[in-house]
Amino acid sequence: MILRPNLDDLRNIGYYLGKIIIGLGLTMSVPIIAGIAFGEFNPSLDFFIAAEITVIFGLILTKLCRREQDLSWAQGMIVVSLSWLVATVLGAIPLYLSGHWKSFLDACFDAMSGFATTGLTLAQDLDHMSYAHNLWRHLIMFIGGQGIVIVALSLFVKGASGAFKMYVGEARDEKILPNVIHTSRFIWLVSIVYLILGALALGITGILNGMKPLNSFYHGACIFMAAFDTGGFTPQSQNMLYYHSLSYEVITIIIMILGALNFKLHYHIWMGNRKEIWKDIETTALFITIMITLVITAIGLDRIGVYPTAVMLFRKGFYQLISGHTGTGFQTIYAAQFVNDWNHLALTGVICAMALGGAVCSTTGAIKMLRIGVIFKALAEDIKRIILPERAIIVQKFHHIKTIFMEDKQVRSALLITLCYLLLYGFGALVGTFFGYPFLNSLFESTSAAANVGLSCGITNISMPAALKITYIFQMWAGRLEFMSVFVLAGFVVAAIKGK
Amino acid sequence: MMLKKIISLLFLLIAYSLQLTACFAQPISSTELINNAKLYDAKVVVYSGEVIGDVMVRARYAWININDGNNAIGIWVSKAVAKDIQYSGSYKAKGDVLEVSGIFHRSCPEHGGDLDIHAQYIRKLNSGRLLTERLNLEKRNFSLILLGVLCLVLILRQLKPKSKK
Repeated sequence: MILRPNLDDLRNIGYYLGKIIIGLGLTMSVPIIAGIAFGEFNPSLDFFIAAEITVIFGLILTKLCRREQDLSWAQGMIVVSLSWLVATVLGAIPLYLSGHWKSFLDACFDAMSGFATTGLTLAQDLDHMSYAHNLWRHLIMFIGGQGIVIVALSLFVKGASGAFKMYVGEARDEKILPNVIHTSRFIWLVSIVYLILGALALGITGILNGMKPLNSFYHGACIFMAAFDTGGFTPQSQNMLYYHSLSYEVITIIIMILGALNFKLHYHIWMGNRKEIWKDIETTALFITIMITLVITAIGLDRIGVYPTAVMLFRKGFYQLISGHTGTGFQTIYAAQFVNDWNHLALTGVICAMALGGAVCSTTGAIKMLRIGVIFKALAEDIKRIILPERAIIVQKFHHIKTIFMEDKQVRSALLITLCYLLLYGFGALVGTFFGYPFLNSLFESTSAAANVGLSCGITNISMPAALKITYIFQMWAGRLEFMSVFVLAGFVVAAIKGK
Repeated sequence: MMLKKIISLLFLLIAYSLQLTACFAQPISSTELINNAKLYDAKVVVYSGEVIGDVMVRARYAWININDGNNAIGIWVSKAVAKDIQYSGSYKAKGDVLEVSGIFHRSCPEHGGDLDIHAQYIRKLNSGRLLTERLNLEKRNFSLILLGVLCLVLILRQLKPKSKK
């Protein structure tokens, strides 16, 4: 028998949702300040309006639903999945008011793309966009990359035991420090330290490349946020091609890889335990999968001979591959070039890289390296079972921060999530094909959306059908939250309708 | 014999210049260049649009990015030409509109495989200008109304616990 959720359930969910919404509203003060500082008054007004609506909504929700009860697991998951949807709608308000998006759906598409750190965009006339709006596009990537809930956890939730349930709901099942709020704050500390270093490095490089100092540091901060949070938005319409700079590309590759590593690994590196980089199953798996997908892509590109030198192959082939594998989505080629200049083999290499992703507890999307590592370890174990005598005791272990003995439930969980991702990639490809796009292009774009990458082969544009835009929004949301919160929300809705 | 050679040489020169003129007369859109990059590779093309973003000087040359309304393409120009650009497109400015004639590269060997144009000739079609921002009164009024609502909500939140006592 399914139990219908009662009023207490709804009030509990509403209360925590309200807190997260207020947190989102307060973050809009950053583009307001930037807008005023740059003398952009209409953009500042867009953010005033959006912040006011957001905070009013959050305050009403927390007042109406005021509860002192802790969240249950299901409630925590529902808060997370709903907060991402509500944040998308509220975060889209200033974007839509700017006039750079043709419809509110397009603005919601970009807001979800930002929060989910995807990077697919439907923005128009990006080259004339205000500093404030561009900063917001990158800031929502920064917020989404750390996790919308983590922002609220760090700022508003003090010692609530429900915090861990929301933290897990946001696809972060690994605690770095014993307390989840301290973990959230550590993630922020890491990100802000890297933000300062990364923005400085990119800013100085920009100046050396001939950019104006103010613009250079502004671009540096934006590009860092998009690279470290494996997002992929850029302030200009040409994406990374705008900079025409090898040094800029090399720095962003380093930042993208840092963003694709587990925050727990960052913690151990910070504590001086550098050997973890080489021992961890995730970094090993990441290195191997990069090599394999690089070989596939390089063979494909070599066959067509479009990038004949090593430098060209590095800047065009390797860059798109790393960008795809880390889930960033920066491009040094135009979207149409994927289809026109690359062959199917090279495209397949990039699709595989996008589908695999980076580390768990990082800012990347997709299947992730820990699961790939566990699945291959399980496969090796099963092969050993067949080869070795029946009486032999086979123990499979792997190193992930500490040595872990592999259990069946880990393998089952890894396989289930992998299956969910594969189904999600296939679903988007099917919808794309239904609307008349070639299958490989549809699979490329679908994988990019569901794995929160942001590389585009040209399907994503304002003229694509609204149903396809909604499909990609759903894929970005479900892919970022790694399904469980989405399934719980779906179950909650079913229980509300059919429950007794 | 000599006269024949001179006449044929002159004929060739006229034909070549006519061909160039024909090329100049038909600017190609960025979409056409990107979608048919193989066709235009290493050929002289004419491309026009608004200069956007930074003019990035690199030694004796500079990078400018020109947007024709659909896409922006990187143009490799001499530093002297870049200095003539007064306005480049941003939120606060409409950039100079330039017509560029140059060699198009599908994947430039000099610039790591970038799709770019190496300019040979540049002409300013329109001069850019600074854009003045007028305060949107509708937005201002709406934001003031919302501010009033926000204050009301905050006051109500404070008042209710007191009335309970």
